[in-house]
Amino acid sequence: MRGVRWLLLKDLQILRRSPLQAVLLVAYPILIAVLVGFAISRGPEDPRVAFLNEVPPQTRINVGGQELPKANVEEQICERVECVLVDDRAEALSKVESGDVLAALILPSNLVNKINSLSTLTPGVPEVEVLVNEENAVKAELVDDRITTLLAEANLRIARRIGNEGGRYLGLIVNGGKFKVLGETIPILGLRTSARILEQVAPALPPALRPALEEVTEFASQARDNLDVAKPLIDRLAQPIAVDKVVVGGESPPLEIFAIAVAATLTLAFVVVLLVAGSLALEREENAFPRLTRGLVSSTALLGEKVLLGVAVGLAVTLLMLAGMAIFVPLEWGRFGLWLLAILFSGAALGAAGAALGAAAREVRAVSLLAFMVTLPVAFLSLVPSGAVGPAVFDAIRVLTALFPFKPALQAITAALDQTGPGMGAPLLHLAVLFVAYGLIARLALRRFTAV
Amino acid sequence: MEARGVVKRYGEREALRGVSLQAGPGELVAIIGPNGAGKTTLLSILAGISKPDEGEVDSADSAVGWVPQQAALYRRLTVEENLLLFARLEAHEDPQASVQEMLELTGLGERRGEIVARLSGGNQQRINIAIGLLARPAVLLLDEPSVGLDPRQRARLWEFVSGLAGRGTTVIFSTHDIQEAERYGGRVLVLADGESLFDGSAEELREAVRGEAPGAADRDFETAFVAYLQHRGH
Repeated sequence: MRGVRWLLLKDLQILRRSPLQAVLLVAYPILIAVLVGFAISRGPEDPRVAFLNEVPPQTRINVGGQELPKANVEEQICERVECVLVDDRAEALSKVESGDVLAALILPSNLVNKINSLSTLTPGVPEVEVLVNEENAVKAELVDDRITTLLAEANLRIARRIGNEGGRYLGLIVNGGKFKVLGETIPILGLRTSARILEQVAPALPPALRPALEEVTEFASQARDNLDVAKPLIDRLAQPIAVDKVVVGGESPPLEIFAIAVAATLTLAFVVVLLVAGSLALEREENAFPRLTRGLVSSTALLGEKVLLGVAVGLAVTLLMLAGMAIFVPLEWGRFGLWLLAILFSGAALGAAGAALGAAAREVRAVSLLAFMVTLPVAFLSLVPSGAVGPAVFDAIRVLTALFPFKPALQAITAALDQTGPGMGAPLLHLAVLFVAYGLIARLALRRFTAV
Repeated sequence: MEARGVVKRYGEREALRGVSLQAGPGELVAIIGPNGAGKTTLLSILAGISKPDEGEVDSADSAVGWVPQQAALYRRLTVEENLLLFARLEAHEDPQASVQEMLELTGLGERRGEIVARLSGGNQQRINIAIGLLARPAVLLLDEPSVGLDPRQRARLWEFVSGLAGRGTTVIFSTHDIQEAERYGGRVLVLADGESLFDGSAEELREAVRGEAPGAADRDFETAFVAYLQHRGH
């Protein structure tokens, strides 16, 4: 172990002599921390949408001769998107074409009339116009989602109002009451009262007329009972499907904690894998490996020194990053011991993987490229949730990501940052197994280094 | 340092075929031969870096200093940092004193604080040799030590190496420079296709050629050497 200390010192001296590398090691996590911090603390920006309301100001939606209160459509839409008010369709079109806005929403002048026609014998189809510039598939998808959501909400509001009005009319028919039309109040008897009156007058009628009256009474009762059932049905029409969310498989941590864990793990993975793989390859590039392993240090000790270097630098950089994140999102510093445990286990497994990569390649540049080519896709695949791809593909992804320490490192760091969600035991065990496996691979691969 | 019947195979190919070598204290042995003759392979086996498939080598790793063909040092560290690192790894009781000794020996005392990458190839090679000497070896193995050096640097290098031999260190070196082998090698080992063809002084090799190609023997040593190889089908 005596030699490991001096080699560690040597590697830190070399790192100090590579200002670009050292700056990147510090600047990269800070940059990631700031970006992720801003992203998760500010939330998504509202998309800019041009809005043209051609509906005459005093027009109201009318249901059964009753005008609904003013809907404030413009206000409601502009709560969900950044509205850019335009004067006409040409201006809306121009703004969409120029990219000034993502889309334009136009409410035509006949929209309310078409909605009002829904309760007539000749219903029309109310339509709104949406102008979208689909030059970019992602942008088009975003706009489609936002506009579809807005319209679904508008439809829901209208359906609820119509349902409420319909329910009120049904209540009048069943229970009776007063109905205002054209400034006059008309009393409505209602089925319930009608049936009671008929039952009261029935004994006074001649026996020959009673069967016919009983039929009418029976019909009034049936109608009353069935219309009583119809009212909740009308209410449900507005939102026929309700959501009853049941959480299965444990709670997940808050999104911002998961985002921090992803950023921290990504940083740790790149720093440790690149540093360990690169510094090991440097021993070969500098021709120092055979000289060192001629009795000065063993190959295993050399590997241990590289992993130690990676873990030490990775720990410092990751803690620096988490401290940066804490500016934006409050972190539980009381769990600091668990952070250390997760980072140390993750760093060791990632370091062993880096050593295996470093031992497999001969040059620092090739190793760096290899480390990127392995780490980046594995990190990306580790974030693919189940159900996002087909079962067979997901099984393949699960196997692949289980072979590299990124995913268990992410699980361990997430668990260390927040007590919600699964525990740390399984990921730490997984990391320990990977550490041993990659350590053995690296040790075997180092034999190639000795070939002259 | 003694090697007996050393055989080394890489797959089907035999890089060394029963090569033997013996060198005593203060001796300077030059290993020469065409490309692919097995010079570096033999030195790496003598250094303990490679294991022979057959044969034996008598020497402890710690007693043998090895200076590879390409400088084995850290180019981003200074001269002093390189020497200090290896002195510490060699577990010297006073690493700083060892560094000072090597700086004096190599004449690089004034450049101790310079980054190695900024030094000339010759100076890098001097540090490379100095690191090999930090083990205080009884035997020093040099693999083509003068490659890439200009004549002045070569002269300083050989002056330095000859001084070591003068103090009792056994020096075995490989080279492509036949004149250099004649000038500095007290003995010459000729390898070709992994086979040891000759082991003796440069003058003895000339004598051997004189019987086979008299014209070549009286010209320069390189011509004599080429004639020797040609006569043996190489």
